[in-house]
Amino acid sequence: MTTTTAVRDDLAVPTRKTGFRTLLGKLARDPWAVASSTTIVVFVLAAVFADQLTGITGNDPYTYHQDLLDAKGQPTGWGGGIGADHWFGVEPLTGRDLFAIVVYGARTSLFIGISATVLSVLIGTIVGITSGYFGGWYDRIVSRGVDVMFGFPTLVFLIALMAIIPADVPRPPFIALVIGLFGWPGISRIVRGQALALRERNFVVASKAMGARSWRIVLGQVLPNVGATIIVVTSIIIPGMIAAEAALSFLGVGVTPPTPSWGRTIGDAVLWVRTSPMYLVFPGAALFLITLAFNLFGDSLRDALDPRTARR
Amino acid sequence: MSQGDHAEAVLAVSALRIAFARQAGPADLAPPAVDLVSFEVERGRVLALVGESGSGKSATAMSILGLLPGSAEVSGSVRLEGRELIGADAAHLRRVRGGRIGTIFQEPMSAFTPAYRIGWQIAEAIRAHDPRRPRGQVRARTLELLASVGLRDPERVARAYPHELSGGQLQRAMIAMAISCDPVVLIADEPTTALDVTVQAGILELLRGLRATRGTAILLITHDMGVVADLADDVVVMRRGTVVETGPVQQIFSAPAHEYTRELLAAVPTLATLQTSQRDAEEEAAPLDETLAAEVRDAVIAYGRRGRGGGVVAVSGASFRIPRGRTFGLVGESGSGKSTLGRAFAGLLPLRSGSIEVAGIDLAAASASRMRALRRSLGYVFQDPASSINPRTLVGDAVTEPLRLHTSASSVERRARAAELLDAVHLPRTTIDRFPHELSGGQRQRVAIARAIALNPTLLIADEPTSALDVSVQARVLELLAELQSELGFACLFISHDLAVVQALADEVGVMRRGEVVEIGPADRVLTSPEHPYTRRLLAAAPVADPVAQSARRELWLALDGEDPEVAA
Amino acid sequence: MNFLRYLSFRLLGIVIVLLIIAVVTFALFYLLPSDPARLACGRPCTDANLEKVREYMGVDQPWFVQLVEFLKGILFGRTFGSTVTVECDAPCFGYSFLRNASVTDLIAERFPATASIALGAAILFLVTGVLGGLIASLRRNSVIDRGIMVFSIAGISTPVYLAGILVILIIGFTLRWLPTSGYVPFEDSPIEWFSHLILPWVAVAIVSAAVYARLTRSEMLEVMSLDYIRTARAKGLSEGRVIARHGLRTALLPVVTVFGLDLGVLLGGAVITERVFAIPGMGSLLIEAVGAVDIQLIVGLTMFAAFLVVTLNLVIDLVYGLLDPRVRMG
Repeated sequence: MTTTTAVRDDLAVPTRKTGFRTLLGKLARDPWAVASSTTIVVFVLAAVFADQLTGITGNDPYTYHQDLLDAKGQPTGWGGGIGADHWFGVEPLTGRDLFAIVVYGARTSLFIGISATVLSVLIGTIVGITSGYFGGWYDRIVSRGVDVMFGFPTLVFLIALMAIIPADVPRPPFIALVIGLFGWPGISRIVRGQALALRERNFVVASKAMGARSWRIVLGQVLPNVGATIIVVTSIIIPGMIAAEAALSFLGVGVTPPTPSWGRTIGDAVLWVRTSPMYLVFPGAALFLITLAFNLFGDSLRDALDPRTARR
Repeated sequence: MSQGDHAEAVLAVSALRIAFARQAGPADLAPPAVDLVSFEVERGRVLALVGESGSGKSATAMSILGLLPGSAEVSGSVRLEGRELIGADAAHLRRVRGGRIGTIFQEPMSAFTPAYRIGWQIAEAIRAHDPRRPRGQVRARTLELLASVGLRDPERVARAYPHELSGGQLQRAMIAMAISCDPVVLIADEPTTALDVTVQAGILELLRGLRATRGTAILLITHDMGVVADLADDVVVMRRGTVVETGPVQQIFSAPAHEYTRELLAAVPTLATLQTSQRDAEEEAAPLDETLAAEVRDAVIAYGRRGRGGGVVAVSGASFRIPRGRTFGLVGESGSGKSTLGRAFAGLLPLRSGSIEVAGIDLAAASASRMRALRRSLGYVFQDPASSINPRTLVGDAVTEPLRLHTSASSVERRARAAELLDAVHLPRTTIDRFPHELSGGQRQRVAIARAIALNPTLLIADEPTSALDVSVQARVLELLAELQSELGFACLFISHDLAVVQALADEVGVMRRGEVVEIGPADRVLTSPEHPYTRRLLAAAPVADPVAQSARRELWLALDGEDPEVAA
Repeated sequence: MNFLRYLSFRLLGIVIVLLIIAVVTFALFYLLPSDPARLACGRPCTDANLEKVREYMGVDQPWFVQLVEFLKGILFGRTFGSTVTVECDAPCFGYSFLRNASVTDLIAERFPATASIALGAAILFLVTGVLGGLIASLRRNSVIDRGIMVFSIAGISTPVYLAGILVILIIGFTLRWLPTSGYVPFEDSPIEWFSHLILPWVAVAIVSAAVYARLTRSEMLEVMSLDYIRTARAKGLSEGRVIARHGLRTALLPVVTVFGLDLGVLLGGAVITERVFAIPGMGSLLIEAVGAVDIQLIVGLTMFAAFLVVTLNLVIDLVYGLLDPRVRMG
């Protein structure tokens, strides 16, 4: 065996690229990622600074302005009463400020959407990673359980559940809890599949052979490699969670008045759609935009993290 | 062997150039993957396109059929029976594919559509070029083809789905499909790379038969010099997209003109010449004064349910010992149980009965703390460099993982040790802050070795550490292992399917077959004058990178194969 | 052969899953502080009256006894009350005392509307979605691909009620082509049935087709890069045959799985769509039941929906086995 210089190119190490910075770079070069993340940031800021934002015109989502309505309860003025004081006009029948309703609605939507997602991802990751990695009877039981969850007519069940919870339970956290509790099986399945594959990977076996304990392998070897998937899944299920809350509220079994909610406002606005279309347009557009932004961002993130899809 | 008579070029490639577009668009072409490649394939002869990964040999083959992805820009000329294929219309190309040129691919397991029966898929190929042929005739032809490629039960094979057949059977069926329309040229793209040596020998024999009986011209794409020596008449050596050398096979092997060809041949580990006559069993007593690093006694390992005969027995009664500082080579084909045994050594699989002792500790009886101590004295290197290191950890952390697990070394100490270890495996110290995906396969395998020796192990288990690497890289990784062993004095359990690699490294060899160790002895004895018929067959089937020696081996293999009752690919 | 064993094994699995769902449903609905008897007893509700109603409804029993009674009712039918009795024939999914009708009858009355929406919409979104995804994958990175993908990401970001309202506004009100609400049974007038359902179908399809287009596209891109596609091309098949027989066939496997889940959910009650288009289906029934806190009806509907989802899952698994020989025989 001779060592020659002509083919010694396997010893040259390329220049350093770190994962996170590469990822940011990729995202910054993707116009969809930039646009969607900007939208998300705007919505989050609006939700966080709702008080200050509505304070500019001195409005809140609860005060009635009957003086701005005509005899039939329609807002007077162009576009449902759009003006310097009421940027999105006012609500028919009550005259409440629509801008305030939409901005505070963002707070409700994002709070429920994000906390439900966190709960789902947490449960899904723990269940998925442990059942995939440890396998055996534990995995069999958990997988059956996930099958049962998939067999659940979730929306029907949620609606039914909403009917019977006592009125004094605060709705937004309860909705977040329930949606979150029903949202994890999909995540768990994905994470389990990955953990199952990782279990057979050489570096995990090597770690075991070196004498690492199970929890150390799960946290140190498996979890970091599922991380990218979890991030992508998170960004993709947030819009689903937001939509679930909006759907419940739209059906009248979600967030109760007077707490603002896009879904409920849309449900109310349907009745006014021919006379006061703006009443529907603003909350509808807000819901559509934030959902679209999260979906687009999730796509970009997946493309940036998964070199296989990026090539497509 | 240019027999002098009319050499008829069926397929002529000249000045072929292939460039792949980068992400940005067609305007931005990367430097050509294949540049100015020319060769001719003649009727009844085998032309081998040889090169390591990245040489452009497969892209060249696919461009002949017009099967490169749309991002590829192809120029130059490919003439089949005098007619230009580059730029030819789709209908003509379709007639050529499967009609005039048959193709065999590397992975028989994934080359058939999983949803259809084998017979259906072959019939589809026949009907694609002869749509009017009656059903009955197509069926008869399918069975005839399957029988002609040496499949024993054509009816059953035709009815089977791809996942129900073995790799060898599938590759034979693939050949049957490739010759279904009597092509003039057969392109065989690494046809035996995914197969065991004994199966490989059968497939190569089949291809040789096709050349002789049908006069088919064969374009063989391979990285394996042994396969070249066995089958090829002419050789084209490629490197980084260009042809470095062209010539008849004897000339390439006996008097290579180009330096790269010489290096390539030198990097191929060689098997000593096989002695056909049995030698007397000489003094074979292993020196008993050496201390043992590891010993396995009557080990039985089974997967699946415990209990009376439950589960699949992967290893049934293996016994051997590995003295300190020596290398024990464990050889066998896929499914022989060699890797399973390797895993049991690392305590990753429980023994059903028997015992394994490493560094004086009995694996089966060890307490948790003894087990940890034992794992300190073990290093493990795996086959696939792509997955041997956690892609999310820096090389420096990966290399010192054993220190983190078994010592209280501070991060500064660990970093210092990481630098030492990288020095030991001849990687630049800057590698310490790299991620594995930034390294090449050979470099990653060096990192894996560095990790395995981090705590000066008593026993290093190397499971096919080089089989995913190019030969030139393999040669240097093996060199490194030998060097480290002489420096650090660890014992090594070296698991491989490649007899030549084992011969290069091992002091003693154990041959496994279907869970049993059929033969054990000093490496030079077992690998030159084997006693067990299986070992003999295995050795005869392994091609060597020398056409003259290989033709002798082939005769021997044919003789041995004829006497074996269970030859079935 | 082994198929019967496999089938019975799966059926047993279904029964277990449904049992678990029943237990969870009952536990939740009967442990929560609401009293169906009080709601049903009418005013003025004396204690004696209430007691009588309780016994009549069977809610004086602990919840697990009620569960057993309920399950027995599905298999054999059951009788409520002792003197004045109400018969509920098998399969009995409970009895709504507020409506004085068995849940089974109520479902039978409402199911055709829901099934009409579900099946029509399913055909529409499956065909358009798969076709769109297929075209996008074959013309990858072209203007057509980009267009389809923009449409589909907009589609999955649109809640079905917004899509419904949009469809009503554009096709219904502005163009005045089609009725925007209500349902006419097929037996009464097939033409009216059809015209009333077009808008709901389109609304559901806009949202769901987007999911299928994305799924089909990514699966096709994956499958078309596999080795056996290269083999199919290398043996001289036409590109159309390569795509249809070798590519799409495998790419559709995950689509089939998702389709089964979706269809089950839709059949269980297209709650939102029914609400938007004022269609008296199972979803509307559920909303009405929720409004009236008709526990028996709610529980019955939930169980029925679960039954549909789980059964369809089995059907899909069997179809899957036909499509992919590797998973045949569990």
